[in-house]
Amino acid sequence: MTSSGLFPLVPLIVFLPAAGLLINIIFGGRMNEKAIGAIASAASGLAFVVSVLLGYALWSGNGEAVVVPLADWIHIGALNVAWNFRVDTLSVLMMLVVSGVGTLIHIYAIGYMHEDVRLKNDIPRYRRFFVFMNLFIAMMMILVSGDSYLMLFVGWEGVGLCSFLLIGFWYEMDTLGRPSWANSNAAKKAMIANRIGDFGFLLAAFTMFWWFKSLTFADVFAGAATVPASVILFITLFLLVGVAGKSAQIPLYVWLPDAMAGPTPVSALIHAATMVTAGVYLVARSAPLYTLVPAAQTTVALVGAITALFAATIAVGQYDIKKVLAYSTISQLGFMVAAVGMGAFVAGMFHLITHAFFKALLFLSAGSVILGVERGHHHLAHHDEHAGSSHEEIHSTESSEVFDPNDMRNMGGLRKQMPVTFWVYLVGALALAGIFPLAGFWSKDEILADAFTKFPVVYWLLTIAAFLTAFYMGRQIWMVFFGSPRHAAAEHAEESPRVITVPLMILAALAILGGALNLPGVDSLTLWLEHTIAGVEAGQFNFLVAGLSTGLALLAIYFSWLLYGRRPLVEGQPDPLKKLLGPVFRVFERRYWVDEAYWALFINRYVDVSRFLADVIDGRFWHDWFHEKVLAGTYNWLSRTVLDLRVDQQFIDAIANGLGNLTRRVSGELRRLQNGFVRSYALAVLLGVVIIIGWLVLK
Amino acid sequence: MPNTIPLSWYLGISAVLFTMGALGVLIRRNPLIIFMSIELMLNSANLAFVAFARSFGVLTGQIFVFFVMTVSAAEVAVGLALIVIIFRNKHSIDVDLMNSLKG
Amino acid sequence: MNLTLILFIVLAAVAVAAAAGLLISRNTVYAALFLVLNFATVAVFYLILGAPFIALAQVTIYAGAIMVLFLFVIMLLGADKLPRGQVLPWQRPMAIVLAAVLLAEAGFLLFQRLHITAGLANPDASVNTTQALQTLGLALFSQYLLPFEVTSVLLLVAMVGVIVLTKKEKGEPG
Repeated sequence: MTSSGLFPLVPLIVFLPAAGLLINIIFGGRMNEKAIGAIASAASGLAFVVSVLLGYALWSGNGEAVVVPLADWIHIGALNVAWNFRVDTLSVLMMLVVSGVGTLIHIYAIGYMHEDVRLKNDIPRYRRFFVFMNLFIAMMMILVSGDSYLMLFVGWEGVGLCSFLLIGFWYEMDTLGRPSWANSNAAKKAMIANRIGDFGFLLAAFTMFWWFKSLTFADVFAGAATVPASVILFITLFLLVGVAGKSAQIPLYVWLPDAMAGPTPVSALIHAATMVTAGVYLVARSAPLYTLVPAAQTTVALVGAITALFAATIAVGQYDIKKVLAYSTISQLGFMVAAVGMGAFVAGMFHLITHAFFKALLFLSAGSVILGVERGHHHLAHHDEHAGSSHEEIHSTESSEVFDPNDMRNMGGLRKQMPVTFWVYLVGALALAGIFPLAGFWSKDEILADAFTKFPVVYWLLTIAAFLTAFYMGRQIWMVFFGSPRHAAAEHAEESPRVITVPLMILAALAILGGALNLPGVDSLTLWLEHTIAGVEAGQFNFLVAGLSTGLALLAIYFSWLLYGRRPLVEGQPDPLKKLLGPVFRVFERRYWVDEAYWALFINRYVDVSRFLADVIDGRFWHDWFHEKVLAGTYNWLSRTVLDLRVDQQFIDAIANGLGNLTRRVSGELRRLQNGFVRSYALAVLLGVVIIIGWLVLK
Repeated sequence: MPNTIPLSWYLGISAVLFTMGALGVLIRRNPLIIFMSIELMLNSANLAFVAFARSFGVLTGQIFVFFVMTVSAAEVAVGLALIVIIFRNKHSIDVDLMNSLKG
Repeated sequence: MNLTLILFIVLAAVAVAAAAGLLISRNTVYAALFLVLNFATVAVFYLILGAPFIALAQVTIYAGAIMVLFLFVIMLLGADKLPRGQVLPWQRPMAIVLAAVLLAEAGFLLFQRLHITAGLANPDASVNTTQALQTLGLALFSQYLLPFEVTSVLLLVAMVGVIVLTKKEKGEPG
């Protein structure tokens, strides 16, 4: 088979996960957990195989884009949208990342969810998880393979939906398992923040349609040079709003930390590796538009850089192991957005890939840590109980104790109990910190090198953020794995089963070797992406930048050792940084009070407005006044006073009665002729005779 | 006897007698007088008939008078019988007292 | 001025006067007698007009039978004076008015439309009485036989009717 014959396979990347989810929906009730997980993972795995085949086809061809049409969708007036698949180097790259990392996370989730549904006491919900995960893969594939902004948006919305479904997976409880609105609220928050971003995206799309009469990439990019620059500026800035929503940049990042309410595989797949990178992909895809307006590029780069630094400072003050990683994700996304904003598209995509590897690794490992601590807590409750207690009592005692397995202050010394997890976590942390020769070093350095030449302000912002990144990862490693356990649960923690640790090891290998994707001089990724994004050049390896960043990272790790490693924390001890930074630490710890500000400035005001509309406008004005008084009152007045009284009673009845009276009176008068006297009858006869004769006479 | 009197004079007499008969019917309250007035009217009609018969020179008018007389005789008989009966019941012959037809 | 004219005028006057007497007289018997006088006058008129049979029939039937019948009933009922009392106030004036109008109309017809009556043949020749009688009899029994017979039935009916009407019920006071 020639390689070009492989291109028509591309719809399978959507339909294989769709088939997986349908099988699980229809037959899942009769399958056991392993089978459900296997079907879902196989669907994702086969999609990966197809992506590899497509990549091969592109590579053995000349790398030119191929459009594979599937179906016609909309034909309204000038709007013609078809569901076409675009196979080019950029989209195939994304497909490989999504399906590859996704499959590993599916396999991990088989084991993770097995324990999670038992901890939360709802075993049948296992199936729903994998259905949603497959749906996510399908939607993400639609996003990256679309040939037009509208198909991209379909996937965009679809992943937003899956994000909602999966964040709120345990919708009736909070992260500690107590009945609460917390998880549902987190899902809602994600949906709403994304919606605001989508609004920006839609405005950009409408503008595109208005000016180009089409939404396909080809048409938009072809027409971009012919329209005024202000139009392109408008489009690119509103696309940035969408990016800020989906990729968690300032000001719409607030949903991502709350999204940690979802199970850990969700955080890994959606909120670290794939969905949040959709914004970066969007900017890379829209490169022809951004390169036309330098003002937009500056804006995007600055937004990314400021977000990177801002989120890194918050990560320093967090105690929840997943929240640290969440803010770290926001920060790293800032790196990527800054990169593609500056025009360093290859650097941005490179970092996207390596970040997918090590962030997924870190999240999954964190999940392993949390499960391990939970296991320890569970066994603790069992051992401490008297011999005669029932299982239910033990469980109820557990939940009433309010033990937070995510809190790093409850951990410590876990490298002894969970060695595999420790080593893979260490690899991930070092990769994130950008230590040579792990993957993160190469990608982050490429960004910094590009920033150094193109945009110095961004360079310094990102460098400080990189310093803080290394610092908070070090802090995390010392607090979780070193020292001695600060809680009995951590003492009894157990290592996770192989179905969890094996994917972790694979990801660790990728995190170590991932740098090979775009080594300076070899520049494989640059060459690959050259076919799709015009004007990318291979970055020069800048020893100064590399040296400075590595030095700063090592310095940061040393500082973290000074604070957290030399004298490990004991139970109940406050964070040493508090003493050092004082009130500044409190600002980090409280996340700059951004959520509180949003509540006060926007959400509560919105509630006020809607309450006003409901009570005053709808209630008092429309209902009480307009409906009751005006409409109903008028109607009642009309029917009672006008129609009933005046028309019916006074007018119509008057006519009816009047006719009757008239008839009576007339007949009463006429009756007097019948007086019974013969003589008067005779008179009448004579009168008639006279008249007749008179008429005859006069005729 | 030669007829030198114009027809119209006879008709005039007839008309006068008829009118007076009509007056009698209308004015008097005694049913017998009323009846007699009716006879007067019939009589005047007879006169007109005969005058016309003489005028046209035919006998048709006279024959008609013959029949009118006969019928009037029968009518008088029945009418008087009725008056007698009414008198038996009401003990008065005032026509104005017989107003049972009053509606 | 011939005899016929004088006779006519006198007879006319008498007839009218008798009729007036009938109208006016309060006594029923007097009224009946006035009527008899009127009938007699009219009989003479008939004679002038050359209808002897009719004239005699008038006297026999009207004055002889009918008026006698009237007088019988008058005697039977008693010619009481009727009490005065006006029940219908409009009756008398209206009647007089209408009668006057009627008379006026008749007069108008007679004297303004003379041409109707003037064209009629006015035979001056005397009437052969015997001839007239013969012709009348023949006509009566040939051409007008049916009405003749029907008239006899009518008289029968009248007689039967009278008897039935005036028959006393058992136990009814007479």
